[in-house]
Amino acid sequence: MKISPELDRRFRDAAAESGLLDVAYDMVDTPIGSLFVAATDAGLCRISYDPEPERVVENLARTVGARVLRSARPVDETRRQLAEYFERQRTEFELDIDLRLAADFSRRVLDELARVPYGEVTTYGELARRAKRPRAARAVGTVMNRNPIPIVLPCHRVVGASGSLTGYGGGLDRKEALLRLEGAIL
Amino acid sequence: MMEAVATIPPFEHFYAEHRDAIFGFLARRLGRPAAEDAFQETFLRALRAYERLEHGRHLRAWVFTIAARVASDVHRAKPSDKVSLGSEAVAEDSRPAYLELEHLADELPPAERAAVVLRYGYDLPYSEIGAALGSSADAARQAASSGIRRLRRKEGLA
Repeated sequence: MKISPELDRRFRDAAAESGLLDVAYDMVDTPIGSLFVAATDAGLCRISYDPEPERVVENLARTVGARVLRSARPVDETRRQLAEYFERQRTEFELDIDLRLAADFSRRVLDELARVPYGEVTTYGELARRAKRPRAARAVGTVMNRNPIPIVLPCHRVVGASGSLTGYGGGLDRKEALLRLEGAIL
Repeated sequence: MMEAVATIPPFEHFYAEHRDAIFGFLARRLGRPAAEDAFQETFLRALRAYERLEHGRHLRAWVFTIAARVASDVHRAKPSDKVSLGSEAVAEDSRPAYLELEHLADELPPAERAAVVLRYGYDLPYSEIGAALGSSADAARQAASSGIRRLRRKEGLA
């Protein structure tokens, strides 16, 4: 007997409210595609462009905990702020961030990354210098590539020394679209 | 290649796979309106116990025993609403049979355990147990009787 959408939603809300979930996630529609957005009790922990969110769900279950459930409410605030960002009504995100999916060095780099302002770009080398590892530009590139929370942690604002866009986990089209949105490129 | 140990699936997959069957089961036992609350309670209890699971095998049997327990609690709660004060001694003695049985049956193989508990603890018909376990009524009957034989042997040795 198929359950009604209301009953399904009621359970998903109750599960999120119970505090028993390791991770709650939902899909969020944006002008650059549907995003997978996930949060723990500590904050936003994952944004993914992966067209097969199943893989991300499995991965979170392995790394954070098996109690992963789709539930809209815990990501509503992120959804709201992303909508404002894409409408050019927001230049900074005010969200709790949970960086448990990043290793130590990555965290240091991602902390620095979070300080790169809206509408500006920096380079891999410059970010390495700010993270006190001036010769680790290549490692910084890897950290950007594995950024667990793109857009909110703005790895799209990091470009090559020559100014070329270089690469992006979500594809160069998206990197370009985000920089264009922010007015960093014309 | 060695057969992989059944890993515990993300709760989302577990929930999506069993929610309709559990709701059907509860609706048959309790009627639709009561089944909605019982449904939520069943999966919240499952969520609470989920991190203590050691493997991902027999999750269907596992969640059905939880649902059967919730349905029994609903049934028991109804008459006790009318029981007056001073009935505490009675209440203590009336620890339900399924609690004893679940404990006794703990060491049985999972399918036998579920069949024994659902049949003798919750008084479900074999057709329903078969449906719950994803097998036939006959298979459920066999699992229950071999579980009972195993329990008798164990008691005999003890």
